[in-house]
Amino acid sequence: MEPGAPSGALAAPDRFFKYWLIAPAIFLLLLIGLFPLVYSLIVSFQRLTMLEADTSFAGLANYAQLFRDHRLWESLLHTAVITVIALPLELILGLAMAQLFLERMPGRQFFVSLLVLPTIISPIVAGAMWRLMLDNRYGPINQIIGWFAGKPVTLLWTVNPDLVYPAIIFCEIWQWTPFMFLILLAALSNVDRSLTEAAEIDGAGYWRTLVRIVLPQIWPVMAVAILIRGLDLVRIFDIIWALTGGGPGTITETISIYTYIQGFQQFETSYTAAIAFLVIAILTIIVVWAIRRMGLAK
Amino acid sequence: MSAATPVFRRPGVRLSLRYLAALLLTVIFLFPIYWLFIISLKTPEEIFAFPPVWYPKNLQFANYRVLFRDGDAVTVWNSLVLAGASTILAMIIGTLAAYSLVRFKTGGENLAVWIISQRMMPPVAIVFPIFLLYVFFGWVDSYHGLILLYTAFNLPYVIWMMRGYIEDIPLELEESALVDGCGRWAVLWKVVFPMARTGLFATAVFTFVFAWNEFLFALVLTRTEVITYTVQVTHYFGGQSNFWAKIAAMSVLGTIPVFVAVATMQRYLVRGISMGAVKG
Repeated sequence: MEPGAPSGALAAPDRFFKYWLIAPAIFLLLLIGLFPLVYSLIVSFQRLTMLEADTSFAGLANYAQLFRDHRLWESLLHTAVITVIALPLELILGLAMAQLFLERMPGRQFFVSLLVLPTIISPIVAGAMWRLMLDNRYGPINQIIGWFAGKPVTLLWTVNPDLVYPAIIFCEIWQWTPFMFLILLAALSNVDRSLTEAAEIDGAGYWRTLVRIVLPQIWPVMAVAILIRGLDLVRIFDIIWALTGGGPGTITETISIYTYIQGFQQFETSYTAAIAFLVIAILTIIVVWAIRRMGLAK
Repeated sequence: MSAATPVFRRPGVRLSLRYLAALLLTVIFLFPIYWLFIISLKTPEEIFAFPPVWYPKNLQFANYRVLFRDGDAVTVWNSLVLAGASTILAMIIGTLAAYSLVRFKTGGENLAVWIISQRMMPPVAIVFPIFLLYVFFGWVDSYHGLILLYTAFNLPYVIWMMRGYIEDIPLELEESALVDGCGRWAVLWKVVFPMARTGLFATAVFTFVFAWNEFLFALVLTRTEVITYTVQVTHYFGGQSNFWAKIAAMSVLGTIPVFVAVATMQRYLVRGISMGAVKG
């Protein structure tokens, strides 16, 4: 088939070549893709804790406990609340910013480069940064609010149960709106100008043109951005860990934080495995469905 | 927009307004980063001044000197080793796999979907069984344990991105190289890698940044020896007495390399963070 004869160890027959190329990747992906699933499943049927190696068969006890565990369901609720509020806000703000920068203006690239910086910072640093910003006494946020309020303000952003969610969501939006902005700006730049101009000549207003002409065209890209951010939000850990650590109490525990606490602070090995299995199973279904639905695998 | 008076429609006024909005947005988004930087340069008196000091009177680097003197700065080195080694490994393994997927359609669409779906798994559910495995092997708090995990976790991203870049290479080039007597590996080495080098470089930078910024795996799998800078930052949290100067200085040390890396990659930023959904 081919004239050149590869020498030595490289002389793999052609039909196996493609498998040699991909074998190391598959092996490593099984380590994070299959092993955790299988191992969690096995351990979840035992009575292991970090302190006691009791591998006796527990039946479905750990799974039955899932349904009685209020803290687990609350953590799922917290995760959902953060996702449902932050994701649309990031999308709308990102879209508005992209619209602002869509038309040419001198120095546009410079602004865009600066605005992207929050997105590439480590989320743990972003959380730490906002902890300093939101400090009740020495942080600038309360100071600025005080200017507008006309009197000193000492809001406890990371401690007061009424304020922790706004703080987390604000930090989240600060970090990831630029992500939406950058992707949507690129998508908007590729929209066919002749279509929007034709719509305007026909008398369609700004909003009508946006909803009927522009959004359908950028939808494929927008869908991917929503998918990436949506899954990030469902898995959110770092920002909350740095800002509140899940507190006060358990008020801001998300599913990721709760799983971590069960496994590494409560040492409930088998029960954590059951949670991990549940989480992996739920996400696998969502992810495969979403990827196929959006034609991402094309 | 519809409520705009004719004055707003004048091009000059419109442009000025857009500049004003752009400037305001930039200030809002960059102020926290500015604040982090200046805290790291402030004296303790300035950090804990009320009302806050908006810019330090005289810049000083004592906060950084403390990090180097106490050896805390070694965590930045650990991050570099882990992110660097895992990036190189993931790039090699991932690019070969991507080539196999593109040119030979290995495993069909199902394999491609499975690979990308691994990227979206919750890290906390992965790291728990991995932790138990590493305890068994004695790999906790070791470079190789974390390098292996980072490599595996970043592979789907590398494969996904490189798949796009390899698809852009014209097939005729590879065919003519085969006709000229090159072996399969020689084609890879002499045609595919050189043609995809900008894509390789851009993907490597983003892979590096992901590993560099990672927190949860490092939190679980390090103890004392290979602590990364992200974990070190959280060590300074503690009830009422946060070590503000150290938090800020360590964060800045960890953030500057990322800014530099991404600044070199401006052109590929969109494609990089959108996982190839937008080709720039």
